[in-house]
Amino acid sequence: MARSKEIAPHVGRYSRSQVAAKRGLYKGKKTGTAPAKTESPAHTEKTVGGKGNGEKRLVPTNKASKYYPAEDVKKPKVSRKTVGKTALRASITPGTVLILLAGRFAGKRVVYLKQLDSGLLLVSGPFKINGVPLRRVSQAYVIATSTKVDISGVSVPETVNDAYFTKSKVAKGSKEGEFFGEGKEKKVFPEEKKSEQKSVDAALIASIKKVDNLAKYLKASWGLSKGDRFHELKF
Amino acid sequence: MVQSTFKRFVEVGRVVLVNDGPSAGNLAVIVEIIDHNRALIDGPTTSVPRQAFPYRNLILTPYTLASLPRGAGNGAVKKAFEKAGVLEKWQSSGWAKKLAARQQRKNASDFDRFQIQLAKKSRRDDVRKAYIKEKKASA
Repeated sequence: MARSKEIAPHVGRYSRSQVAAKRGLYKGKKTGTAPAKTESPAHTEKTVGGKGNGEKRLVPTNKASKYYPAEDVKKPKVSRKTVGKTALRASITPGTVLILLAGRFAGKRVVYLKQLDSGLLLVSGPFKINGVPLRRVSQAYVIATSTKVDISGVSVPETVNDAYFTKSKVAKGSKEGEFFGEGKEKKVFPEEKKSEQKSVDAALIASIKKVDNLAKYLKASWGLSKGDRFHELKF
Repeated sequence: MVQSTFKRFVEVGRVVLVNDGPSAGNLAVIVEIIDHNRALIDGPTTSVPRQAFPYRNLILTPYTLASLPRGAGNGAVKKAFEKAGVLEKWQSSGWAKKLAARQQRKNASDFDRFQIQLAKKSRRDDVRKAYIKEKKASA
């Protein structure tokens, strides 16, 4: 209620309808279509047993409530807000070399491929160059450099989405059995993930090799050393 | 007669380097001396607008426009500045080159810094190898 400046705590200057009129959302184009309503009759006929009951009776489909509340209870408003797509920093565009700041690969320089539906960034080392696999990272834990890799030849398969990165659930055995190492299979990295990594990286590595020292750059880790004035550094 | 050690003076026609404000890093000319703290400067070819400027934010350069009269207008300053060829002299000076190099280092990207590091490494290596070779030859 930014428009309706408060005149007293929790009391806006304008009424709810006045604010709605000022916001003018009714002017906007309506998106989304209402589902088609299936009409159901208000009454259904039912046969009734018993001699004096006249055989048939109309029964309402929705029974009227026997109970009426003595006081009106307000229904909470239904929120129509939807979650939008996470906005990326302007400096992060497909092909940007990012410096990871957190997690297992902190300090590594990686290539940004695209934004996933969850808003996280899909990055690749590439794996062959610096050991960073296809991975999702939050843009908050990343420094975007001004260096760009040409990724016009890189196509990310549809299968690499948020679901690709979720862990598969494993049935739990008994604790005792676990202790003795029973029923434990060695986790095998799935073949298809290997091939997907390779297919993405092949084109990526090809374009990286076209620029001098770029592969070396991606292989090297980033860090602050003595005398580095972080606030004055440009990336 | 004893020579003064001072070579650069605050005077009309003295070319100065602006060291502060939006035109920092550009050359200008002292057109008029206002008081002990400020001078009127102008830099028509270096996009420094005519303005009063404190001396403590100016650096005197060895160049002067000797014939510039006091309170010369914008056009006259431009003419004299171009005729003296100050800008060319400045750009070929070690001082200007050092400032430019410093600026370039400051604006270097992460990748640039990495490449500088590589270049330094190879230079060190070259020097080391040359030194060993020389040492062996002389021994």
